[in-house]
Amino acid sequence: MSVKKKHVKISLVGNPNSGKSTLFNILTGLNQKIANFPGVTVEKKTGRCKIYNSATGEPTNFEITDLPGTYSLYPKSPDERIPFQVLCDPGDENHPDLVILIADGTNLKRSLFLASQVIDLKIPAVLALNMMDLVKEQGLDITIKDLELRLGVRVIPINARKGEGLEELRQTLLLNLTVPDHDIFETKDLAPKVFKGIREQLNLRSDYAALQIAHHADSLEDFHIASKQKETILELTKLHLFEGIKIQSFETLERYKVIHEIIKDCTIQSQEIQKPSSTKRIDRILMHRFWGYVCFLGILFLMFQAIFSLASFPMNFIDQTFAGFSEQVHNLLPKGVLNDLIVNGVLAGIGGIIIFIPQIALLFTFIAILEDTGYMARVSFLMDKLMRKFGLNGRSVIPLISGVACAVPAILSTRTIGSWKERIITIMVTPLMSCSARLPVYTLLIALIIPQKMLFGIFNLQGLVMMSLYLIGFLAAIGSAAFMHWFVKAKEKAYFIMEIPVYRMPRWSNIVYAIVEKIRIFLFDAGKVIIAISIILWFLSSRGPGEKYNTLNAQIDSMAVTGVPSTNLNYHLQAQRLEASYAGKMGHILEPVIKPLGFDWKIGIALVTSFAAREVFVGTMSTIYSVGQQGESMTIRDKMQAEINPETGGPRYTPAVGWSLMLFYAFAMQCMSTMAVVRRETGGWKWPIIQFSYMAVLAYVSSLIAFQLLK
Amino acid sequence: MKNKTIRLSDLRKGESCVIESFTDEQMKQKLLEMGCLPGEVITVDRFAPLGCPMAISVSGSVLSIRTDEADSVIVRILSE
Repeated sequence: MSVKKKHVKISLVGNPNSGKSTLFNILTGLNQKIANFPGVTVEKKTGRCKIYNSATGEPTNFEITDLPGTYSLYPKSPDERIPFQVLCDPGDENHPDLVILIADGTNLKRSLFLASQVIDLKIPAVLALNMMDLVKEQGLDITIKDLELRLGVRVIPINARKGEGLEELRQTLLLNLTVPDHDIFETKDLAPKVFKGIREQLNLRSDYAALQIAHHADSLEDFHIASKQKETILELTKLHLFEGIKIQSFETLERYKVIHEIIKDCTIQSQEIQKPSSTKRIDRILMHRFWGYVCFLGILFLMFQAIFSLASFPMNFIDQTFAGFSEQVHNLLPKGVLNDLIVNGVLAGIGGIIIFIPQIALLFTFIAILEDTGYMARVSFLMDKLMRKFGLNGRSVIPLISGVACAVPAILSTRTIGSWKERIITIMVTPLMSCSARLPVYTLLIALIIPQKMLFGIFNLQGLVMMSLYLIGFLAAIGSAAFMHWFVKAKEKAYFIMEIPVYRMPRWSNIVYAIVEKIRIFLFDAGKVIIAISIILWFLSSRGPGEKYNTLNAQIDSMAVTGVPSTNLNYHLQAQRLEASYAGKMGHILEPVIKPLGFDWKIGIALVTSFAAREVFVGTMSTIYSVGQQGESMTIRDKMQAEINPETGGPRYTPAVGWSLMLFYAFAMQCMSTMAVVRRETGGWKWPIIQFSYMAVLAYVSSLIAFQLLK
Repeated sequence: MKNKTIRLSDLRKGESCVIESFTDEQMKQKLLEMGCLPGEVITVDRFAPLGCPMAISVSGSVLSIRTDEADSVIVRILSE
């Protein structure tokens, strides 16, 4: 049994774009854990580190929590509520012993605004003054000693990207840091009775903490305060006519006045401030009303190509290695149900998870570079108006386009969308984009119903149909987004105002951390759901009710034992066995429901098994039509083409059925991995269930219309 | 010097102005915290191609703001 080590709790607080994540990554390394803050879907990153005292060599353990970036303690969004809550509620499980404030030295005024609020809470703090390289470039000279005196906390100049000043920062964390005895913003006299009353109720460190509590007296639901005390606090603010908004405005202006004085006294500007002109030069092209879009399209094209084609090599490798591995396990283990469960249930599930890793890694390499360089803010700027028409956000473009390769990494990438509503809508419509798993299904069906001929002598008809399916997916996605815009209620007033940071070179370690983080989330959170569904699907397609299934199963087994080669007879038996299985029964049960779409029970089975992944359709069809191993689409195409519809006497797969089926696959949510990721990203089953339902309705109705019109 | 006050969203590319006041209380808090204080000089860097959002330079950093948000900022235009 291990003894639980005591960790000193640190919160990392700072503005967006201040280098907070970089500092967090450097301090904690890969020792990070990503979870959600309780009750909300705001990402909570914690990491542990051990710091050795440089003089005595004695180690101290720290647990660092990276709080979401904010400009002020007054929250404007669920993300920004976290720093307020963690820092102002002493009962919060993440309430720190120590705060590292990170400030962007090139934007001292705004950085010190938040920093001074936190310092006034009187939690021991140290200020890490980042981007000192840019500060020097701009000819700004900051007198650290004076700044320390005025703020009342230690100030350590650092350059997180280059790793400068970090050892001094680490050693400072080991010191017994005290809190200043003066307020930066004089709080005491604003509402002395209210502050006194609140501090009698709660164990607070400062009047400013009491001011924050008073300001939010009517929204303290998630604070760890007895409900009786909450009532008392609310009454106190009402009794003394505490005017939160008025005081907030007053505080903001006063605080900036004080900070203005501090900056005047502690800095010397040796030259005229000049914004790095390289950023302005680059923006003249990248934010240009024409060239900006050309460049963005070029970058998207590159990303798309990489995810689509580059990822296929490692994916094929994983696929083959896994198939070989499964076969070995199958041969090694004694025959029976357990063998079958492990190989076709568990291993198939794990294989289905690992196969996504190359795409996730590639997409996040690109996204991390775009974020880290500062380009993502420009994308947002360029695309905002266009996407807003459909209830989306400028940042929705990347997930939507990535959805053409795969919805799983695409949905993981929606974290960059700040507004909850726009993020949910993006998540909801992304799976409508035609992903690569639909490709084998489309290929098979197009080959089946669309003649191989040229249109106007130049357009390949089959190619045109394929393209139209992608277009239909895209239109359905933005159409649904515009529709949902009316129904999804916004949780908060969304602000679009954001900083457009200067361009910086990407930090490669940040990119590695981003990739590792996303893969971890996918493997461990979504992975377990995928394995569970995989086992259920295995059960449905490999077990069956009654004697018939067992008899067929025994027959096939005995043939395998006696070494009968894979003959037509064997395939025929396998087809019969699938029909006798639970999945087969479900196909029959589904038949009356899907008949208006032109589907029979055979397609019904494929719809059930395709829930694992859409491309399973081809494999299931191969089994049903007894053509043996999957992938031989030519043979399966011929078989399907020859299938006769007993009711009409004509072919079963008419263009009407083909179109109906293609539309169904274009719109229906047949992907357990996507559902598992949506559950992870939205924090529950509510949204995946809504998503599954609306996509099912969309698929059913459009297939119905297509079939009834074309038949 | 002109003394006309207009809305920030009415400015054209390249024009500069001084912040006078705000018409929306919530937006005001947000803008104040981001360093857009009365008396600060704002320069309009550019508009996005469909006319929204706009990029503005204020106290050493560049902000992107939607025009409906910029509607709530009353400014005094600075002559060239």
